[in-house]
Amino acid sequence: MSLLAAAGLWGPPGLLLTFALHPALCLRPAPTSGPPHRDYCVLGAGPAGLQMAYFLQRAGRDYAVFERAPRPGSFFTRYPRHRKLISINKRHTGKANAEFNLRHDWNSLLSHDPRLLFRHYSSAYFPDAGDMVRYLDDFADRLGLHVLYNTTIAHVTLNKDRQAWNGHYFLLTDQMGHAHRCSVLLVATGLSVPNQVDFPGSEYTEGYESVSVDPKDFEGQNVLILGRGNSAFETAENILGVTNFIHMLSRSRVRLSWATHYVGDLRAINNGLLDTYQLKSLDGLLESDLTDLAIVKDREGKFRVTLKFFLEEGNQSTDAITLPQDDNDNFAMRVAYDRVIRCLGWNFDFSIFDKSLRLSSGGEFSKKYPLVKASYESKGSRGLFVLGTASHSVDYRKSAGGFIHGFRYTARAVHRLLEHRHHGVAWPSTEHPVSQLTSSIVRRINEASGLYQMFGVLADVVLLKENATAFEYLEELPVQMLAQLETITGRRARHGLFVINMEYGRNFSGPDKDVFFHDRSVGHTEDAWQSNFLHPVIYYYRHLPTEQEVRFRPADWALPRPTAIHHIVEDFLTDWTAPVGHILPLRRFLENCLDTDLRSFYAEPAGKKGNSPEAGCQEKHKAIAGHGLSPIISSLEPGVLLPVCPNTPEAASLLPAGVPENAGARGN
Amino acid sequence: MMSSSFNIYRVGISFVMMCIFYKSAVDSLSELSPQKYFSTLQPGKASLAYFCQADSPRTSIFLEELNEAVKPLQDFGISVAKVNCVKEETSRYCGKEKDLMKVYLFRGNILLREFPTDTLFDVNAIIAHVLFALLFNEVKYITTLEDLQNIENSLKGKANIAFSYVRAIGTPEHRAVMEAAFVYGTTYQFVLTTEIALLESIGTEAIENAHFYFFHCKQVLDLTQQCRRTLMEQPLATLNIHRFIKTMEAPLLTEVAEDPQQVSTVHLQLGLPLVFIVSQQATHEADRRTAEWVAWRLLGKAGVLLLLRDSLEVDIPQHANVVFRRAEEGAPVEFLVLHDTELIISRVEGNTHIEEMQEDEDEDMQSPDMDIQDDEVAETVYRHRKTQLPLELTVELTEETFNATVVASDSIVLFYAGWQAVSMAFLQSYIDLAIKLKGTSTLLLTRVNCADWSDLCTKQNVTEFPVVKMYKEGKHPVSYAGMLGTEDLLKFILLNRISCPVNITSVQEAEEYLSGELYKDLVPYSSVSVLGLFSPNMTIAKEDFTKAGNYLRGFVITGIYSEEDVLILSNKYGATLPALLLARHKEGKVESIPFANSRVQDIVQIVTNALLETFPEITVENLPVYLRLQKPLLILFSDGSINPQYTKAILTLVKEKHLDSLTPCWLNLKNTPAGRGILQTYFNALPPLPLIVVVNLHSGGQVFAFPSEQAITEQNLLLWLKKLEAGLESPITILPAQEWKPPLPAYDFLSMMDAAASQHPTRKEPECTKETNMQKNDKQQHEDKSTIRKEPVETLRIKHWNRSNWFKEGDKSFRHDNKEL
Repeated sequence: MSLLAAAGLWGPPGLLLTFALHPALCLRPAPTSGPPHRDYCVLGAGPAGLQMAYFLQRAGRDYAVFERAPRPGSFFTRYPRHRKLISINKRHTGKANAEFNLRHDWNSLLSHDPRLLFRHYSSAYFPDAGDMVRYLDDFADRLGLHVLYNTTIAHVTLNKDRQAWNGHYFLLTDQMGHAHRCSVLLVATGLSVPNQVDFPGSEYTEGYESVSVDPKDFEGQNVLILGRGNSAFETAENILGVTNFIHMLSRSRVRLSWATHYVGDLRAINNGLLDTYQLKSLDGLLESDLTDLAIVKDREGKFRVTLKFFLEEGNQSTDAITLPQDDNDNFAMRVAYDRVIRCLGWNFDFSIFDKSLRLSSGGEFSKKYPLVKASYESKGSRGLFVLGTASHSVDYRKSAGGFIHGFRYTARAVHRLLEHRHHGVAWPSTEHPVSQLTSSIVRRINEASGLYQMFGVLADVVLLKENATAFEYLEELPVQMLAQLETITGRRARHGLFVINMEYGRNFSGPDKDVFFHDRSVGHTEDAWQSNFLHPVIYYYRHLPTEQEVRFRPADWALPRPTAIHHIVEDFLTDWTAPVGHILPLRRFLENCLDTDLRSFYAEPAGKKGNSPEAGCQEKHKAIAGHGLSPIISSLEPGVLLPVCPNTPEAASLLPAGVPENAGARGN
Repeated sequence: MMSSSFNIYRVGISFVMMCIFYKSAVDSLSELSPQKYFSTLQPGKASLAYFCQADSPRTSIFLEELNEAVKPLQDFGISVAKVNCVKEETSRYCGKEKDLMKVYLFRGNILLREFPTDTLFDVNAIIAHVLFALLFNEVKYITTLEDLQNIENSLKGKANIAFSYVRAIGTPEHRAVMEAAFVYGTTYQFVLTTEIALLESIGTEAIENAHFYFFHCKQVLDLTQQCRRTLMEQPLATLNIHRFIKTMEAPLLTEVAEDPQQVSTVHLQLGLPLVFIVSQQATHEADRRTAEWVAWRLLGKAGVLLLLRDSLEVDIPQHANVVFRRAEEGAPVEFLVLHDTELIISRVEGNTHIEEMQEDEDEDMQSPDMDIQDDEVAETVYRHRKTQLPLELTVELTEETFNATVVASDSIVLFYAGWQAVSMAFLQSYIDLAIKLKGTSTLLLTRVNCADWSDLCTKQNVTEFPVVKMYKEGKHPVSYAGMLGTEDLLKFILLNRISCPVNITSVQEAEEYLSGELYKDLVPYSSVSVLGLFSPNMTIAKEDFTKAGNYLRGFVITGIYSEEDVLILSNKYGATLPALLLARHKEGKVESIPFANSRVQDIVQIVTNALLETFPEITVENLPVYLRLQKPLLILFSDGSINPQYTKAILTLVKEKHLDSLTPCWLNLKNTPAGRGILQTYFNALPPLPLIVVVNLHSGGQVFAFPSEQAITEQNLLLWLKKLEAGLESPITILPAQEWKPPLPAYDFLSMMDAAASQHPTRKEPECTKETNMQKNDKQQHEDKSTIRKEPVETLRIKHWNRSNWFKEGDKSFRHDNKEL
């Protein structure tokens, strides 16, 4: 019954109903065949749940999505309260490349259907939440995702069974008391419980989830807002023009997302209050720990801020309560407020999970999230994965895993892990001769959206084959799982590897950083390691790092110390295709790691025919271009079919040096 | 012509005088009586006289030509006269009949030669013949290779040879040679031939009207050694020969230690550029060798000098290794960084533009070389980035148009990436192909830029670039796996026009197919035509063969015949069914191979093997195929087409199974200039050709050279190979085992980061530190950074935290300063 208590006042109505029905479930005779079984159960038909459902569907897996509401994306039917999404709907980038365009599309889910791009649903840069609901609805419909609507999973428990994939089944009980048995549980329920801070007088506060959104209700009022996230500022923004003043109180300083590079921090679109505060227009920001505060209601029904400490001094009547200004007559919050609004964010709903699942909350500083490993699997029970916003503990305040434009990729990563774990499908990869190495990397750093959005969390991995004559390219691996790469992907990493990660400069981002300092951009290739803006970083490891090495890596390193590292210099256009500025240093780095020559050559040296420079060059272009190290490019089919394309520099092609062991054979 | 003669002016005055004058002033022909004429003859002086009847026409074509020859001949000190044979004063030189008049050449009053007038058909012929007669001793006329070798041998260590071939005596080229011989005849041995076979045997390719060689015999001391030869590349004309000889006379390599701007050599006066190889004391020996090699390559094209940096007064850019100065007055001296001697050559030959170094730029850069593009494909593509390709000749496909297009018409699709150099180089070839095929092909040439249509490419299973696929009749697309050039792609396209295998329906058609008649236009692209013979009931074998044919499509022509009368064919070619007939069109042979129970892969293998030649000409394209045989290569290097005798000798050895452990092949330097680089690696300098080498690439890397003094005959070769086998020969060089290394180092960012971490622990605002200073500090820090790496970073982090959170008091969070709530 502790569950009931935890659900408290804020539990959605459906939950109360469920608990009422719970005893009935116990009385129901168990069907002989057991509850209906699914390999995969997804909780929640929000963006993350639908995204996962899409991948499961495409892979032909046995799955179901459970959604308590009648349609997908119910969160967006109510939130954000002021209906404006702060996820960018960038409809034009000037490029046709669909993968690249996803770098600037923060709302779409991944699918093969180009009609299911969010830009077809809204033309607003900051779109309306209603459009998101419509989009998710279409996504589920068009793709024919298997969603059980109006099904509230009220309780999840564990059932040990040796036959099960993970040694246990997950038993889900819905509001009707029907049970569902699942091999793998994918929790995509988001953060649904508004966060509350317990302090004396907290009952006088109104919550973001219910406060009026009509500015008229705030005409001529003094307003105190608790919190300093986007919901707080969004609320303030709405009433800024009608109040006397707004004070905003939070434990820590405001964090501006353009300074932290974290989209969850205060976005410029909501920060009108900062402007009026700094331009002396009576509004203001204050920092204090809410738990030290108390709010008391005075005789006129107005709210006064005091310290909890004073309250504890004795049981006094309201009038007699000591106020800070009694001692300290210039105390900032000495005015009386008409309203106190609480905008303190959201927590994960732990209430439905039975203790046996050992789904615990994250550490002291990410309490609102369930604790998961870098693979998004719960630390407590194998086979339970957390997706979507709820999975943000992995990269909270670092990357985009808590947002659609981030977790659409982490969902894909989880799906790939599962495909390997349960279906023997190795992590998808492409194999190429080493001559394609530079190009493969250049292609990805210039278009891959997963790398770009989930910088520092998902990274590409190049696994070298023996003697580095060929390589496998794996995309978007949870990089903190690097040490377990072989077990989670089914690929071998015995001959060294490269990791391609995107990073901001070490000391560039942060709430107190001046991100517009003079000389902030780095232009010279030799200074690339000092790049500040997001740029590709390539790590080379001779051996796969161990778990120890990953865990105890140097502070502020994204990955363990590599054998060698390369930074591709930041680029104003995020276009890393400059032949000399970007590609050449990258090639040199790869060459030196592999101790080989990766240049391309014409089959014949220039200057054979033609006298005018122009003619000479034309001739040269006509000549045959070869590729890097391996003298072969025809590696598409097995066998020994001619013709082959040599690529060695003209002279070297007859030297043993130019001719690797496999000369003339296939690239492996 | 005129401008170049001005350049020459200062050099060979006597020679040039005549060149200038013979065009401008024309003296008229003096007409004399025989008596008068003979009285004018002076001892030792040459004179040309045309004896004619007094009553003959005053003008004739011959007289016009003779008139024109007067002045030039006078410049050579030869007088010319028309002698009128009057009746009262006959001479034996006066012919009996009108049309038998002749021209006579006298020295003093001694008759040297008489010429029928039709020999002297024009002014060139007149001058050529006259000088040829006068310079009888100076110019040796030869007809056989032996003659040439004899002369060569006799002059080794003594004098150089000016050897020329002209198509015929009396041509303008012949005149030019004779005029040169008139001036230089005493300095060099002039040798002349009109035998084209002789020219062929010394390995001249693409024989034209005339060729002029300079044989450097004077410095040859070892009589077994061949004289080095330099071919004049300009057309055979008097001035060109003159200039050419002047450059041959100039020292091969001069060492200088003065400002390149001030240096003057004969080359500049001749309008040729100067190449300075920058050297310093430490590397002087090696630089000199390089410079010599370059000098030989550029002989006649540019002057090569060795510039000693150490003893130089003026500053030259630190990294420049080559200085280039054009002949034009006031042309700036260019300082270059070239990593390959070939680049110097091509620079001189005007084919390559290399990025020039600014004189005072980047003096203190860490390693400026690293930023220089050393990928030749990337370099050319970058250089031509502003050149607009006629892309409209190919259809650009997009995600929207792709499927409809490849379904609607047979298409070839180039998948490329706009940012990738190899793609863009190949795109150029592809456009060239489009130009070639314009209006002749029903095939639609299309392209997809995968930088734009990434998903489309992925869907078509294109994950690397460039890729060419052929979409035909809605069948599974065929990927092209050949060289990335126009020729090979054209072959692929053409061979794909017919289905593979082709269904042959009658014996007669089969015969036409085997003879190459049926697909006459395709035979040049497929040296072998394969015909599978089956009895009608051999379904499985037929199926396998069809699969193999599909697999080989675009690569070799295959056909299938399985009519009831198939026995006619199998009997004729002595084959048992099922059989493969291989028609080798070059040799006109048809051989049969039984292949009962062979599966698809085996058939592919059989055909692939059949394409290997016994004594192939090695090219860059086919080298990997032969290397795959994993045997040492026996390579005959030839500067031009191969002597048929050598071919015969080697084929005999092959036949007698003496070469089973080797892959015999030959390399034509004319077709494969890369061979020069190879020879240079083997011999350090370009050796005389032809030459036989055995290279053991797969184990050891030894290179053995067949002694050049021995004739390439079956016996000699066999003997030598026996010695090789017995280990009695020592290699001329051993190729290093691992040379395929990174051309240049990369930036060591890891060290830089380490150094920065220990040096600037609280570097928060980069403007505090000048970037350049930092770099210097970093360098100094390099040595001891590794040991102190870990700790400072940790303390650093704490400090950093303290600073950024100083305004918050009593915060419990220590490690997770970023997380809260």
